[in-house]
Amino acid sequence: MTSTLTISHLTKAFGPVQALSDVSLRVDPGERVALLGHNGAGKSTLMKVILGLIAPDGGEISVCGAAPGQAAARARVAYLPENATFHSALTGVEQISYYMRLRHVDPAGAMELLDRVGLAFAARRRIGTYSKGMRQRVGLAQALIGHPSLLVLDEPTSGLDPISRRDFYELLDKLAAEGAAILLSSHALTEVEARTDRLLILSGGRMVASGTLPELRREAALPVAMHVTALNGYEPDILAALPDAIRVNGGLHLTCAQDEKLATLARISALRSKVADLDVIPPSLEDIYSYFSRRDGQ
Amino acid sequence: MILRVLATAITELHIARRNRWVLIAVLLMVVFSLVLSAAGSAPTGALGADRLSIVVASLTSLSVYLVPLVALLMSFDAVAGEVERGTLPLLLTYPVARWEVLAGKLLAHTAILVVAITAGYGAAAAVTIASDPAAVSGLGALWRLTWTSVFLGATFLGIGYALSSLARGVSGAAGLAIGLWLGLVVLYDLGLLAAVVLDDGGAFTTHVFPVALLANPADAFRLFNLTAAQATAAASGVGGAARAIPLWQSLSSILLWPLISLGLAALTFRRVEP
Repeated sequence: MTSTLTISHLTKAFGPVQALSDVSLRVDPGERVALLGHNGAGKSTLMKVILGLIAPDGGEISVCGAAPGQAAARARVAYLPENATFHSALTGVEQISYYMRLRHVDPAGAMELLDRVGLAFAARRRIGTYSKGMRQRVGLAQALIGHPSLLVLDEPTSGLDPISRRDFYELLDKLAAEGAAILLSSHALTEVEARTDRLLILSGGRMVASGTLPELRREAALPVAMHVTALNGYEPDILAALPDAIRVNGGLHLTCAQDEKLATLARISALRSKVADLDVIPPSLEDIYSYFSRRDGQ
Repeated sequence: MILRVLATAITELHIARRNRWVLIAVLLMVVFSLVLSAAGSAPTGALGADRLSIVVASLTSLSVYLVPLVALLMSFDAVAGEVERGTLPLLLTYPVARWEVLAGKLLAHTAILVVAITAGYGAAAAVTIASDPAAVSGLGALWRLTWTSVFLGATFLGIGYALSSLARGVSGAAGLAIGLWLGLVVLYDLGLLAAVVLDDGGAFTTHVFPVALLANPADAFRLFNLTAAQATAAASGVGGAARAIPLWQSLSSILLWPLISLGLAALTFRRVEP
């Protein structure tokens, strides 16, 4: 399968600041890829390079088989900027009609598009009267025009309430199922966890990790935490059997490496008659994310 | 291509209508034209020209100030506003060329100017002809004034877009636009007149002065309309001082300036980094 977006060895500097160094990635049709990183990690710069708004210093980029910013690429790429803004004097339906005309799509469908993002009720009101979440939905509506092959979404769910977020990801799932490639950036790690196929972590302009969540979990090999609650009076016995454990608010806490997990569980289950309860706590996405973005000296 | 230009033009018309720019432009032109036609109708007989030609001469002096002002007021926000609102990056990811965006804005703004100019001059002409049916012989002069006013407006729209691309923000663009209007329309003539007086018929008056007049789109506009109507007698100041410049020269300046200013606008807009 040919990829929709391919980037190899991309670099971009703003004066002395190296915004992106040696970034390579690919996004295939139907794939939902999340781009994670701190503020200033280079996410927005990377997106603007993909869109052809900023010229790279080096490296190769192919967007739907064309160079970024070329008419052929722009015709097939949709963008949702962070904090989407529009002219406050236009109504939602006028703004969407404008974007539809620019893509040679019949503006008669503007109302239907606004309905898809739940804005039909405000379509004839001026955008100046919209809330942030409503403006974000206008942004999303314009990104859906004309079945784009690649959607570049910069923090698309910022300003959306939890229900709108769920609706938004349902829309993305449909688009991906129809074959669109999706690259979205986010701060909300737990949110993209279940909703994307692959994660990319940018740190200080470098791609420090790339893969599915289980892959990243394996690669990071962060320790697993276990919380053991002893039956009344048996705590000293358990401590003697598990010398690594420490007392933490009424229970015993111990950590072990991923590959010692089963052995440790076996040792605990040998103490079955003395244990009231056991919780196994895998490393969270936040832990994995900090591991990768700190590893690079950030 | 045409569809994308029209798409931008439609959107700009929506914005101008809602921001009351259409209303403001039309009101300004109509009110000032009517005031002038009323004030200018008194001294008719002595000059031996028809009443409408006299009104056209007064309207010319008015339009030199008003048309560039209205054009700059409509255009200064065109690029700087998109940058400041943050709407430009998204627009430039669409399959639309930058010149198509500018052309769409130009089309909408020119259309508004045409409406305002036609309404203003039309009102003045209607009032004049109603009071003196013989004034219809001045309709040729009025037509000339109308289309040259549109060209003058287009020139200043282009200049406004260029300033808007150069400025760092909307307020900066507004400042540049007002400064340029003052410079080209008011101070330029004063400076030239002062130089002519000081020079007292020397090389400046005979060689530099005519070129300096032609180089300024507003002066070329005034020269052309007054020379063509042979109404220089009714004009004072710079208009009267430059009777010697042939008509084709001021006409060329009027026709070339929109091309120059719009070319400049396209060049500066191309260099704007979203």
